[in-house]
Amino acid sequence: MTAIEVHGLRKSYGALEAVRGLDLDVQRGEVFALLGPNGAGKTTTVEILEGYRDRDAGDAAVLGLDPARQARALRERIGIVLQSTGVSPYLTIRETVAMFAGYYPHPRDVDEVIGLVGLGEQADRRIGKLSGGQRRRVDLAVALAGDPELLFLDEPTTGFDPSARRAAWDVIRDLAGLGKTVFLTTHYMDEAQALADRVAIISAGQIVARGTPDTLGARDAGASRIRFALPDGGELPDRFGAERTPAGYQLETPEPTRVLHDLTTWALSADTELRALEVSRPSLEDVYLALTGEAEAA
Amino acid sequence: MSGIGLTMRQVRYENRAFWRNPAAAFFTFVFPLLFMVIFNVVFANGSPDAGRFFTPSIIVFGVVTATYTNLAMTVTVARDDGILKRIHGTPLPAVSYLVARMIHAALIALVLVVIVAAFGALAYDVPVPWDRLPALAITLIVAAATFCALGLAIAAVIPNADAAPAIVNATILPLFFISNVFFPLQNAPKWIDVISTVFPVRHFADSMLRIYDPTVTGSGVSPTDVGVMALWGVIGLVLALRFFSWEPRR
Repeated sequence: MTAIEVHGLRKSYGALEAVRGLDLDVQRGEVFALLGPNGAGKTTTVEILEGYRDRDAGDAAVLGLDPARQARALRERIGIVLQSTGVSPYLTIRETVAMFAGYYPHPRDVDEVIGLVGLGEQADRRIGKLSGGQRRRVDLAVALAGDPELLFLDEPTTGFDPSARRAAWDVIRDLAGLGKTVFLTTHYMDEAQALADRVAIISAGQIVARGTPDTLGARDAGASRIRFALPDGGELPDRFGAERTPAGYQLETPEPTRVLHDLTTWALSADTELRALEVSRPSLEDVYLALTGEAEAA
Repeated sequence: MSGIGLTMRQVRYENRAFWRNPAAAFFTFVFPLLFMVIFNVVFANGSPDAGRFFTPSIIVFGVVTATYTNLAMTVTVARDDGILKRIHGTPLPAVSYLVARMIHAALIALVLVVIVAAFGALAYDVPVPWDRLPALAITLIVAAATFCALGLAIAAVIPNADAAPAIVNATILPLFFISNVFFPLQNAPKWIDVISTVFPVRHFADSMLRIYDPTVTGSGVSPTDVGVMALWGVIGLVLALRFFSWEPRR
């Protein structure tokens, strides 16, 4: 079943085309990450899906509803974590979650929600007295108050220290465990890799790649990269087709076993050493940088 | 829950948050009394006429401050803090939220009216016009609704919280000076009198002065004054509904 379906989505602000014909689909129960650099159109896309902005063109269905025309019905079934905290500093955590829970037809138990985000012991403290990381968890609790089917998280861990990020990731994984669909935007590759079942990379308002974190950009099937250096004066025969780099040689091949065998056989017979020998496959970061770099250069 | 239920529930949360900031709450109530004392001392050396003028006029000042000024300021701050955007992302109807803010502001205004009227009676021997309670109720309800609506309308014009104090003060302070609030208008040039009659503050002030004036006969309600205020209220409401924004403009 599809939670979100988007075709040909477009949105401009004046002369700036923030989203330029974007397609995506999110299945129910999955954690989906929209990954991209700042200014790529992530927030515009997610805010259209949340019903905050109208689209200029294209189709969008969220839980089967049109976010522009059926925003009220949609909002009963979704939870939203915005980039900035937006709750009164003068109310306690419990009061805040209870206030938001009251807006929904079938809210989740207030104390259960507070426990879920790990703030059980601080429930009676005022929001204004919490740390930044704790406030962000209040944001999450508020988004969960209505027991949503679908949760939007817009850059949920931006500005977190590493331990707070890990804690937030655990909470998001727990949500996925409850069967919620999670749509998150992030510009952190490791976050997408750690959390998402599927990832789409957005650049300059378009999706440039999609897949699981392991297969994205044909990362699993792509060429392996072999790097090494030769001792001073060593020359590699041209037949290997290697590229010279400042540090030595680099070559890419879909057949790393055969090429390595050839290389090592040559090195032994030439009585030389393949120094700093390294075989790697493209990291998610390589894929991301290559894809978003290409789109920016275009 | 019904729309009314949701609204009243929101009023309770707004009220709770209001009282959790005691410094702000304290000065909301003390500020008009401060003006009342200063005006009585400075303008008339405590003559009985001064007390009779400044009790109703400071009620006007208090009500307008608690509704128009207060709503315009707090709504723009809440908008800058993302509180409005967040509320707008829930199923709570926008009208419920905005009406709740208006009701809360009106309740604060009511408390202020009681405080100022009591202070006027005790400190300046200005009797509370009990016999004109219906006129007082009609005037206060129409005035509170009007200045709440205008507060939301001006909040739609104000781009962000940094700009709020300047815009709010520039729109309301001149009216206090020319509308029988900060001092009696009797010696003012005719054109000031004409200009001030266009705006709602003057009609509110004249209504309150009439209600507090024992030499005036009748109910104390002027259909013209109430009508002009209500007209401004409707204009404010239309503008607020048309242009209200849930996110700040930078």
